[in-house]
Amino acid sequence: MPAHDVLIIGAGLAGQRAALAAASAGATVAIMSKVHPVRSHSNAAAGGINAALNPDDSWESHAFDTVKGSDYLGDQDAIEIMCREAPDEVLQLEHWGVTFHRNDEGKLGTRAFGGASAARTYYVADITGQALLHVLYEQLMKYHAQIDRYEEWFVTSLLQDDTGACTGAIARSIKDGRLEVFDAKTTILASGGAGQCFKPTTNALICTGDGIAQAYRLGATLMDMEMIQYHPTTLAGNGILITEGARGEGAHLYNAQGERFMEKYAPNKMELASRDVVSRAEQTEINEGRGFPDGTVALDITKVPRNRTLEALREIVNIGRDFAGVDITREPIHIKPGCHYIMGGVKTDVNGATEIPNLYAAGEVACVSVHGGNRLGANSLLDTLIFGRRSGEHAAQVANGTVMPSSSHARVRDEQRWIDAIIGREKGGRRVSEIKDELGTMMNEKCAVFRDEAGLLEAQRTVRRLKEEAQVAYIDDRGTVFNQDVLGAIELGYMLDVAECIVVAALERKESRGAQFRTDYPKRNDDEWLKHIDLNRDGDGPPKVSHSPVTITQWEPMERTY
Amino acid sequence: MPEYTLRIRRYLPETGEAPYWEEFGVDLDGHRSVLDGILQAKDRFDGSIGIRCSCRAAICGSCGVRINGRPGLACHMHLQEAEKSSADGKTITVEPMGNMPVIKDLITDMDAVHWKKIRRVTPWLLPEGDPPEREYIVPKESMVDVTQTMACIQCGACVSDCLSMEVDPDFIGPAALAKAYRFVGDPRDGEQFERLKDLSEDPHGIYDCTHCFNCIEACPKGVAPMNQIMRLRRIAGADHGIEDRNNGHRHEQAFITLVRQGGLLHEAELLPRSYGGDSWFGKFHPKAGAELLDSLPVITKALMRRKVTPKAAMLPHKIKDTKQLQRIFDTVADRDQRFELNLYIVQPDDEPSTEGTRHGGNGGGDVSGGQAHGSASSSPPERSPNA
Repeated sequence: MPAHDVLIIGAGLAGQRAALAAASAGATVAIMSKVHPVRSHSNAAAGGINAALNPDDSWESHAFDTVKGSDYLGDQDAIEIMCREAPDEVLQLEHWGVTFHRNDEGKLGTRAFGGASAARTYYVADITGQALLHVLYEQLMKYHAQIDRYEEWFVTSLLQDDTGACTGAIARSIKDGRLEVFDAKTTILASGGAGQCFKPTTNALICTGDGIAQAYRLGATLMDMEMIQYHPTTLAGNGILITEGARGEGAHLYNAQGERFMEKYAPNKMELASRDVVSRAEQTEINEGRGFPDGTVALDITKVPRNRTLEALREIVNIGRDFAGVDITREPIHIKPGCHYIMGGVKTDVNGATEIPNLYAAGEVACVSVHGGNRLGANSLLDTLIFGRRSGEHAAQVANGTVMPSSSHARVRDEQRWIDAIIGREKGGRRVSEIKDELGTMMNEKCAVFRDEAGLLEAQRTVRRLKEEAQVAYIDDRGTVFNQDVLGAIELGYMLDVAECIVVAALERKESRGAQFRTDYPKRNDDEWLKHIDLNRDGDGPPKVSHSPVTITQWEPMERTY
Repeated sequence: MPEYTLRIRRYLPETGEAPYWEEFGVDLDGHRSVLDGILQAKDRFDGSIGIRCSCRAAICGSCGVRINGRPGLACHMHLQEAEKSSADGKTITVEPMGNMPVIKDLITDMDAVHWKKIRRVTPWLLPEGDPPEREYIVPKESMVDVTQTMACIQCGACVSDCLSMEVDPDFIGPAALAKAYRFVGDPRDGEQFERLKDLSEDPHGIYDCTHCFNCIEACPKGVAPMNQIMRLRRIAGADHGIEDRNNGHRHEQAFITLVRQGGLLHEAELLPRSYGGDSWFGKFHPKAGAELLDSLPVITKALMRRKVTPKAAMLPHKIKDTKQLQRIFDTVADRDQRFELNLYIVQPDDEPSTEGTRHGGNGGGDVSGGQAHGSASSSPPERSPNA
């Protein structure tokens, strides 16, 4: 039975960064992922990473932009930490070998990004996330003696002792189907977001909210779950992302009448306003009949010098060609807002600690909350690294004074029976894929850029029904080797839990703030709703709702214009 | 919506049965990907079809397969294109990648082959001394240069169809050697010479590549692994003067000399010169003698099967006009900077096909010193095979 000081679940940027931090603090570390680490969705963060590293810039300015971007729902103590530690983190990455873009002097160079008052986004062409992820994996290989990698292992449940503390996890080896208990003094969830609850989404097929649901089932608090970011530039149909870097490099948005409509919505920042603002503007244009017949508006990248596009936006030149049949250097590309990121997640403190003893969370699975109602572009990579590192360090420290737990084998037998029961389900119910499809389509209709009570109530009823149906949904694969079918059924359960929490929180917040826009409550209401919505599991029923205060240090809420 | 037929290679290890083909009909727009087709078949008909996949946008590198016999990402090939390139113009065949054991259906054991080879090249930065207080100051172009190999998503498509690896499974291979260039070309790395010495001396290293171009064709990200291998050779041989015990560098030199002299390869001279030194006297070197003696059975067999005639083997063959050839050699040799291909650098004129960057004449040293990186603006257009 494997036993480690620190068990990390998920091997994207947050997980890998946590592993390196915990190992350098002297802990024995296991990092586990349902895919090979370099397949993680951190890859998709194309544009860059924010840091006030330039002497003319300041962390306070970065922090204020983040607070304002969050529509004042972000916790300012956490935002201060993130922005203050950002420069050192970027330098650490550079020292590890990230091939960051340089200026003519050979120093780190920047590009502009949405919602930021200075050009403080550091980048590698438009493969920043990929470059970071692969360089961290280089370091994982380098420190293989201290860090055990469990690649293609799927966590089925977190473990808990009688006192309520987390003691590790049970996981299934995807390659041969065997279940194994992983004892750990501390466990860090770094398993990413839940975009697959929506269809279409920019998120990868693996982003099924596993960690959010696992922690929720264990009793952890979820926070800000109503805050789902719709990215302003995604392809219609398949939801593939066009990086914000395009607008950062100077691309413009036009409606079908050829108007640069952002003039109406954000006269100062134009296309580089916060994502919620731009997405809402686009959706308004589309809803009011000024979009194209395919329900889109146009992103015109031909404004950017062609050579600059070919160098700095190489990946979206390919995406345009391969996934939309458009040469973006010569013609505009049709885009629309699409589900992209969940600001909410497992509630943690600034060290990544959740409310469950010895359980941590970092990255998109977590909610510190640094993004509040809306995340700024290029702050997600930063969030994963800063809080990945902090939770790794802290978890290693706590593990140092903790006795190694030892879970009973009975627990594995129960888990095995549960999985065997799914595999053995009779044909008769619906297919897992059908339920997943209905869930995603429905969420994208009722819980998107614009929301209202009637739609949300309908969404809640649908999720409840789908939960029932999922209990008897059948699968085809009866095998043990790479049985992706049974994993899909388990993931569907995770997605339904997460979707229900999103809908319940969206119903609860009776105002419009950040990514949550309620057409029945179109104004921000600081008097009543300048607070977080917390959710806890309540048996098999809908989650229990409570509220917690927003931490304000130096930036009092103001009107938010761009 | 149009119907497409997918013919998928199935292999279910637990049944004890041999691999077999199974056909599925899917209805999707022609511009959707082969992966979308496979996922529809999985969703509608058979959830047990095994394929790794995640991002659907050619960035995660999970879904490497062979479509109609050619390696690539399933998410990166349109159904309509795949149909067009199929053998009968209708049935799209999808099978697992080659050169790696199959675990189930379209899933291969990448760890046993691909990742093992990646680990072979010491795949992490080895800086000299302590890091600076702030960032390393390096030329802008050098970072753009290694970013081409950073663009590798480790999908394994190049490994799948590497011909050298088919013959020598121990060949380090295109993906791992491209990864090696990512460090050799990085001015922050302090072990350029040691890395190159290691990769030259290994009999399965940089001189094991046969220039077949398969990896360049296969790569969905324009990494052009073979080009990176050739750059490793140039920096090892020309800049560091690494004389490897496989005679890889000397063999290349002998090749060039012979072609330069006569315009055609003189096979009988090639072997002694590779081993005995790059001159007519090379054949009198004991090492060349030993190698010739060793090769006698091959030579005899070739003669018996009339692959060569004694006359053609012994007499040098020449093209008629070697002047033009001389001019080509002189032009290349006179250039004080080395022209290199790169995905991320384009020329100021409006031609996407003319991409490249140049390295200094003794490039290797300059790559680490970093002074001689010129802009590509004035160099003659060179077609990048991956453009």
